[in-house]
Amino acid sequence: MALRTEELLLNVGPQHPSTHGVFRIVVKIDGEIIKEATPVMGYLHRGTEKLAENLNYTQIIPYTDRMDYVSAMTNNYVLVSAVEKLMQLEVPERAEFLRVIVMELQRIASHLLWWGTYLLDIGAMSPFLFAFRDREIIIELFNELCGARLTYFYMRVGGVKWDAPDGWIEKVRDFVPYMRERLKLYDDLVSGNEIFLARIKGVGRYDAQTAIDYGLSGANLRCTGVKRDLRKDHPYSVYDRFEFDVPTRTEGDCYARYLIRLEEIHESLRILEQAVEMFPEGPVMAKVPRVLRPPEGEVYSRVESPRGEIGCYVVSKGKDSPYRLKFRRPSFVNLQILPKLLVGESITNLITILGATDIVVGEVDA
Amino acid sequence: MTEHKDQEQLQEQQAAASGEAPAAKDTTKPEAAAQGEASAEQPAEKGSAAEAKPAEAPEGGTSAAGRNEGPASSGVKAETSGRQAASGEAPASDGEKPKRLDPAEREARRAAALAAKAAAKAAAGGGDEGEGAEPAPKEPSPNQPLLDKIVALIRDQVAPDAVEDHYINEADSHLPVVVVKNEHWLKTAKLLKQSLKLDYLINLSGVDYETYMEVVYHIESFQTGEKYCLKVRTDREAPSIASVTPVWSTANWPEREVYDLLGIQFPGHPDLRRILLPDDWAGYPLRKDYEPLDPEV
Repeated sequence: MALRTEELLLNVGPQHPSTHGVFRIVVKIDGEIIKEATPVMGYLHRGTEKLAENLNYTQIIPYTDRMDYVSAMTNNYVLVSAVEKLMQLEVPERAEFLRVIVMELQRIASHLLWWGTYLLDIGAMSPFLFAFRDREIIIELFNELCGARLTYFYMRVGGVKWDAPDGWIEKVRDFVPYMRERLKLYDDLVSGNEIFLARIKGVGRYDAQTAIDYGLSGANLRCTGVKRDLRKDHPYSVYDRFEFDVPTRTEGDCYARYLIRLEEIHESLRILEQAVEMFPEGPVMAKVPRVLRPPEGEVYSRVESPRGEIGCYVVSKGKDSPYRLKFRRPSFVNLQILPKLLVGESITNLITILGATDIVVGEVDA
Repeated sequence: MTEHKDQEQLQEQQAAASGEAPAAKDTTKPEAAAQGEASAEQPAEKGSAAEAKPAEAPEGGTSAAGRNEGPASSGVKAETSGRQAASGEAPASDGEKPKRLDPAEREARRAAALAAKAAAKAAAGGGDEGEGAEPAPKEPSPNQPLLDKIVALIRDQVAPDAVEDHYINEADSHLPVVVVKNEHWLKTAKLLKQSLKLDYLINLSGVDYETYMEVVYHIESFQTGEKYCLKVRTDREAPSIASVTPVWSTANWPEREVYDLLGIQFPGHPDLRRILLPDDWAGYPLRKDYEPLDPEV
């Protein structure tokens, strides 16, 4: 005799430890199988785009820190690069190198945070402690550079605010071999673990066609075999001077996304190593007018953030604040595929799939 | 140099400390309100400073030409110095409460400032012509063939009048931009995906231009690497643009976002609800004439 089941509405979040912020999802379940999933967003909506219309360009930068608060450096960069594009500013080389170094450190920090919390979500406590300990080194480096641990407000239109203090570059250089050793440990500890593999292999699978159709980017796209990285395809800053690979896999499941993110840490370390070697002397700020008034026009600038393509569309009317500022937030776009992935999955896989997408709710809601 | 740096820091601290700071500075302009005449002088000063600058430019030659923004920069600089002079007085009045100007006076001052700005612009333009460096014929953009191709395709396959406007956006690395007529948009979108293999919708944003609304689509092809910007304009009173969610699944949430914040309807969308704001929110915040229902919020 078949077990009698009935449909049930289950509310997950907005206060749920595994949604990493105030994200809510309403699922309709039949027994343990998800029939329908409806994400509900906006709990963290602060109206960044509206606020920006009444702020000058420098004042907007701290707001970008608070969008994707796990990767503030790339957010800083996407805004300042858009304004620089509009004003056709030439940024000093040293500033560009500092930007690349902090963005790559940020990528590592962001992936570490994801690695720790994702494993915590699916039931492993100790990796979280490992990841946070190593991430702390990067946070301390940032603290030394710009006096903040999370919301840096480091970049400016035309360069960066602070030059690297004495000995800072050497610390970054020393961090590279240390982190490589740690990654070996991470792999030993988790990547081949049988329980872990049983939990995430083959879960949340989609193919390249679907990924492109849904506009996914970052590891969510590369896990389907699409070799796409804006640092390679549309190089910005000084990324065209470094040698690095774009890791891809073809499985398209959560495990592929996991492996790609770890692999990306390796590539970031490679970039750091080269950047530190080539680090030039010179000023860190271009000559910019006191009041920034980009000429009339519009640009869309794009950056490979740890979560995918973050973009910034600026419409300027020649004033000191933008006429319209729109952010293409990778978390927001990547999350769209979630309801499709969840249908037919067991309820226990909800967090596994959501976690592997790697969202930051500050960015989803902006 | 140190003074310069200090000022810069001060400005940034203010900027970081509170979003309201600059607004307060604008509306209060301390001394001026009290001393009546100073207010009349201020714009004049600004104007004269602005005029003085471009006059110098031709002699100095390199000083103006060497800067990146060319002719515009001199205007910017003149204005900046004017503002600096104004803000230099600010600390003196720290003690007294900032007074609000009555609207009429503020309006008059704004008009004066605008006139001064226009004069500065004209002067800058004049200086530029004097040098005679500009009029060189423009080179065709490297992306001109792309633009021609897409325009010809749309005109041929959709309708001869489907393209409202097309140009190259030089500021954005020569991105080809095509403005498509609203009624032909869905057909065009399908065509672009099929014929030009534009399979990746990068970004979808809505802009309120006060006389009309516009939705901007940045689209790319993973197969050919081509990238375009498509724009569709719509009436501001009853804004409506066909949904492209059936063409690119990406468009689903961004269209909801545009509907949420700008109030543009997307007929054909599977589930057009508010996405970031609560369902009972009144009004569309990103419209330029938006007034919050409850100003306390």
